[in-house]
Amino acid sequence: MAILSRSDVEHVAHLARLGLTAAELDRLEGQLNHILDQYAILARLDTEHIPPTAQTIELESILRDDVVIPSLPVEAVLLNAPAHEGGFIVVPPVLGGE
Amino acid sequence: MTDATRLTALHQAALLRAGHASSRDLAAAHLDGAERENHALNAWLVIDRQGALEQADAADARIAAARAEGPAALARLHPLAGVPIALKDLVSVRGGQATAGSRILEGYRAPYDAHITERLKDAGAVILGKTNMDEFAMGSSTEHSAYGPTANPWALDRVPGGSSGGSAASVAAYHAPISIGTDTGGSIRQPAALCGIVGLKPTYGRVSRYGIIAFASSLDQVGPFARDTRDAAALLHAVAGRDERDSTSAPIPVPDRWLSLPGPAEAAASLKGRRLGLPREYFVDGMEPGVEARVREAVRALEDAGAIVEEVSLPHTEYGLATYYIVAPAEASANLARYDGVRFGPRLGDGDVLANYLATRGQGFGPEVKRRIMLGTYALSAGYYDAFYLKAQKVRTLIKADFDALWAQGFDALVAPTTSGVAFRFGAKMADPVAMYLSDACTLPVNMAGLPGMSIPCGLSEGLPVGLQLIGAPWAETGLFELACGYEAITADAPWRAQEPSALALAADPATPTPRQRAAAPGAGLAG
Repeated sequence: MAILSRSDVEHVAHLARLGLTAAELDRLEGQLNHILDQYAILARLDTEHIPPTAQTIELESILRDDVVIPSLPVEAVLLNAPAHEGGFIVVPPVLGGE
Repeated sequence: MTDATRLTALHQAALLRAGHASSRDLAAAHLDGAERENHALNAWLVIDRQGALEQADAADARIAAARAEGPAALARLHPLAGVPIALKDLVSVRGGQATAGSRILEGYRAPYDAHITERLKDAGAVILGKTNMDEFAMGSSTEHSAYGPTANPWALDRVPGGSSGGSAASVAAYHAPISIGTDTGGSIRQPAALCGIVGLKPTYGRVSRYGIIAFASSLDQVGPFARDTRDAAALLHAVAGRDERDSTSAPIPVPDRWLSLPGPAEAAASLKGRRLGLPREYFVDGMEPGVEARVREAVRALEDAGAIVEEVSLPHTEYGLATYYIVAPAEASANLARYDGVRFGPRLGDGDVLANYLATRGQGFGPEVKRRIMLGTYALSAGYYDAFYLKAQKVRTLIKADFDALWAQGFDALVAPTTSGVAFRFGAKMADPVAMYLSDACTLPVNMAGLPGMSIPCGLSEGLPVGLQLIGAPWAETGLFELACGYEAITADAPWRAQEPSALALAADPATPTPRQRAAAPGAGLAG
């Protein structure tokens, strides 16, 4: 049973910021629907009164001491930046252009 | 000296202390093997001869200084001082690559050490290099590496398992006595089983994930590969414990017992009276008869040694796969949002920021990673969150409760198959993602519940290794180690223990094709 249409797949790809080719979208439409079919089994379980589990170990919220600890040196961070200038990472234009 | 690469890590450490070997010689012997066989195995993405020999020289100097100071100083040396080790290529080592098997991290250099890297450097362990893996640890065969698949040292046309396939293959091939992997749904235990070695996924929170490239943060754990239980325990001891920089690393004491596990006689005797559960759901339909036979023989051997084995039920096991393949991709889609070509890694496209995102991520990620990001994004998207992600988190509660009920009944551990089959051929599961996902059906519930799980070798089926999975209650690694030591003791003389991986001679032949060539051969078709 197809759950996701081709336009759904395109929409999810946009949400995920993945630039996919037409061939990739075609393949994903089939594969994702096949995987989603496996999820149907979960509908058999009544979970209305079951609390969700996000973490398995029961730790109290742990806060570290409120002291200043050194961060990475700027030079070390910039070493990996595709573009940088004057100690800052150069980011492509976010606003404008149209 | 006999071939030191065949010795365990702790045996090598003993030679170092006794002055019968140097760390430099040990490192060189392992590097020679890795360099000789890597074209056929592709277990290593980096073999760092120069860096390793420098670390080895430093370790030799430390050991010499301790020897000059006296026996007490020698005893204070870390058990892994001077011992070679391999790291999965998602562990940060300052100044080195950490690709996570992906093109999107090509050229990236880690600006800091992972917590476990710091610990291993402090211990004086010698990092030989970085091992191959499925891209971002997503896969069960290492075929999803952007740098080509890894071959299994037992059969070069078969996968080593995954995602930590390179770490498992390197230890099975005697390129390192111990290595580090990560396990999100089985990525340590499944390759350990398929390569015939020991692998442990610790309790969630046991090892800091600081500096480990993330896949699914509520499931990921770092753990050891080794060729016996004592080595695995010593390596876990070296890296476990609370780290301020990972708020989920737990302030639970790390038992020194892991460094003084019982000898064979005591370990075998300690099996008497241990209460073990045998979960019937883990003997799945379609299980290979040879694998089931080896696992049941292992269980019988434990019973013969005095363990009390009872069949038990984990009734929600069949929901594990669907639950995992919602939770893990959802967490991954959030974690992998950081790969945007802005702050590090390649930046593709020459337009505005959105065009760059689409190009960088569209071309930087491989097919499996894109599938998981798509699944996760969909499961978290408006209108579907309750139906998928919230539902899966609720089922996760039920899966965990299945295990909790057994611990409440007083079981010491569960014994089960690690996988339903032996190592499969290249390409066998690449065309159908669901078939690949099913490789982890017996391991992923353990991650969902946050429990420690271990795979130990229990024989061969059709000449290929079979793994026995041991599952414990939270923080019960000690019990798993004792059980595994006991099993090793009662099967010490089994003929299969003496058998080396059958394809090693072939791997050493320079004319042997690479795994990439084998995977691309007709009949092994790699599909996206």
